[in-house]
Amino acid sequence: MLLIKNGHLIDKLNGLDGIADILIDGGKIVETGENLSAEGAEVYDASGKYVAPGLIDMHVHLREPGFEYKEDIESGSRAAQKGGFTAVCCMPNTKPVTDSAAVVKFIKARAEEVGLCKVYPIAAITKGMQGEELTEMAELKDAGAVAVSDDGKPVKSGGVMQRAIKYASMFGLPVISHCEEMSLMDGGVMNEGLTATSLGLRGISPAVEEIMVSRDIIIAEHEGLPVHIAHISTKGSAELVRQAKKRGVKVTCETCPHYFTLTEEAVGDFDTNAKMNPPLRTREDVDAIIEAIADGTVDAIVTDHAPHHIDEKRLEFELALNGIIGLETSLPLGITKLVKTGKIALGDLIFLMSAGPARILGLEAGEIKAGRAADLTIFDPNEKFTVDVSSFQSKSKNCPYDGMELYGKVYNTVLDGVVK
Amino acid sequence: MLSEKKDLLGIKELTAGEISEILDLAGEMKRVVLSNDKKLDTLKGLSVVTLFYENSTRTRLSFELASKYMSAASANIAASGSSVQKGESLLDTGHTIDRMGTDIIIMRHQSSGAASFLAKNVRAGVINAGDGMNEHPTQALLDALTIKEHKGGFKGLRVAIIGDVLHSRVARSNLYLLNKMGASVAMAGPATLMPKGVEALGCEAYTDVDKAIAGADVIINLRIQLERQKSALFPTVREYSARFGLNENRLALAAPDALVMHPGPVNRGVEMNSAVIDCEQSFIDEQVTNGVSVRMAVLDLLTRRKRNAAH
Repeated sequence: MLLIKNGHLIDKLNGLDGIADILIDGGKIVETGENLSAEGAEVYDASGKYVAPGLIDMHVHLREPGFEYKEDIESGSRAAQKGGFTAVCCMPNTKPVTDSAAVVKFIKARAEEVGLCKVYPIAAITKGMQGEELTEMAELKDAGAVAVSDDGKPVKSGGVMQRAIKYASMFGLPVISHCEEMSLMDGGVMNEGLTATSLGLRGISPAVEEIMVSRDIIIAEHEGLPVHIAHISTKGSAELVRQAKKRGVKVTCETCPHYFTLTEEAVGDFDTNAKMNPPLRTREDVDAIIEAIADGTVDAIVTDHAPHHIDEKRLEFELALNGIIGLETSLPLGITKLVKTGKIALGDLIFLMSAGPARILGLEAGEIKAGRAADLTIFDPNEKFTVDVSSFQSKSKNCPYDGMELYGKVYNTVLDGVVK
Repeated sequence: MLSEKKDLLGIKELTAGEISEILDLAGEMKRVVLSNDKKLDTLKGLSVVTLFYENSTRTRLSFELASKYMSAASANIAASGSSVQKGESLLDTGHTIDRMGTDIIIMRHQSSGAASFLAKNVRAGVINAGDGMNEHPTQALLDALTIKEHKGGFKGLRVAIIGDVLHSRVARSNLYLLNKMGASVAMAGPATLMPKGVEALGCEAYTDVDKAIAGADVIINLRIQLERQKSALFPTVREYSARFGLNENRLALAAPDALVMHPGPVNRGVEMNSAVIDCEQSFIDEQVTNGVSVRMAVLDLLTRRKRNAAH
């Protein structure tokens, strides 16, 4: 038994926003309320801290199997735990690609051995992520996959995407679309615009993303089936999703802390830690993403945690790989850039980082509610700290926030009733 | 001043004063280049390495001759004949050259930002001899020297830069330099070869070449960089030449004494026809001479700190 005393509980879905206790037994939440007591229970004093449903990041790259020099399930789990996450969903661009039950089962087994957070594998939409033949989604679902995506690559063919959305729907597997119309890329490495022109770098037009967002919304609309758009980064994408939702299309979307925190100017003097895909956009886009978070267009905040070895970043800008790590800065960036600035309430941020993704994935998680697994995040949103990448648990350090002052220190997570 | 700096990476970070300093010294160097006694002791005891990841005739040769005229120990590495072929990273290649006692590394590289990256990772001074589509500072400086010699200065001049602006580091470096020196710039090229937002960098931008050339005191024509195009950005060379190429009729729209310049190598009959290349207003050959002069000036200035410290 575990009794968490005097924490400020925050859970919008269950109307929690005040100081109370949580009693946990057998890994599950028994009850919440004031002045709870239980004989023999271990007591966690959460005075002065907030207690939220365990955070869920539905878009990370843990790199195992295949790219363990960047990250592995253990180091990724440690980073997740330190960042306040009790569950992460890992993308299938591993080696081999997570397109078979064997790989899904391996990931789950390895994550359970590590035991620091729950790891839900996302399987590929197509075999080898080649964009051609659908994976065996029924078997993948049975093995433990919670969604399908060819993340990192777009599903080039509209026909394949249409079949994927239909086929996956039989098993309740969300289809997560990485939106990129490659014929418009022309070797682009950062957002198209003044900064790219001035640095002599090839630009990526917002149209690259928006064309594909439109396509997948149209497919979902005609099929009457859901689609989830990964990492939206532009004003146009936000508007496309907003309008589609108004029409009743079953579209959901996510965005990442870097799209509400940084602009293309972060590339500065060819800083490869500001290189990701989709690229950092303009101030106008950042403001539009924040607006889309505030008005409910965005359904989840995810990190797209993308560890890369220093040798893959300490390169010419064009050659450096895309992506930044995010697990250990996500909650603080949300608090600092969205809550402290008054754009959304803390309860909304927590929702977007727990119940929001749980709802998209159909997981029974993301709520502080009797009967649910006791997965919780204990943090202080008012404590300031300085980001120090050298202290990160992730194997990789490709992070553009080093030295930044942020609010929101994570103290512990509780995983199935056990304090981590 | 440049003499206090380690590297020359771009025009972007130079002041008008620094540009004038280089041009003044380049004017003096030109006398050496044109004399029968092309020997200065300036770089005696120092070593200069040219590291070229892209092909080049005139830039590389002019840097090499500039080093030799100034008594440096110089060596060349072409990426195709080195460990780069074995997959060595720029970082490791840079460290290797650095540790051989090299004082100046002159690099041309296909990636924008490569010179800045190298400069941050080596002790040697770095001169950018062209990085991707970013900058080619010594080209802009030699163009400026040519303009200065024939127009007396830059204030109030109208300079047309026409052609493949999108892929051109020469266009960018020239734009920064001319803005800093008080000239106005008009860029023109097909819409598919004009970078987005280029006006915000301080120029007029047209897709009608005639509008840029009208009344221009200087026309800098850019090479069509077929090697940098990842997809067909204009239909045919024939149409390009007719619509955007510089010929006698277009030249007649410029000021009567307008200078015609081109960074070379020229695709004859594509961006410029032979009648214009060889006309009296063309200063393409003189640009080449000025290239050596400017590079001597830059080598002199960038090594001054080191040379003074040695005394």
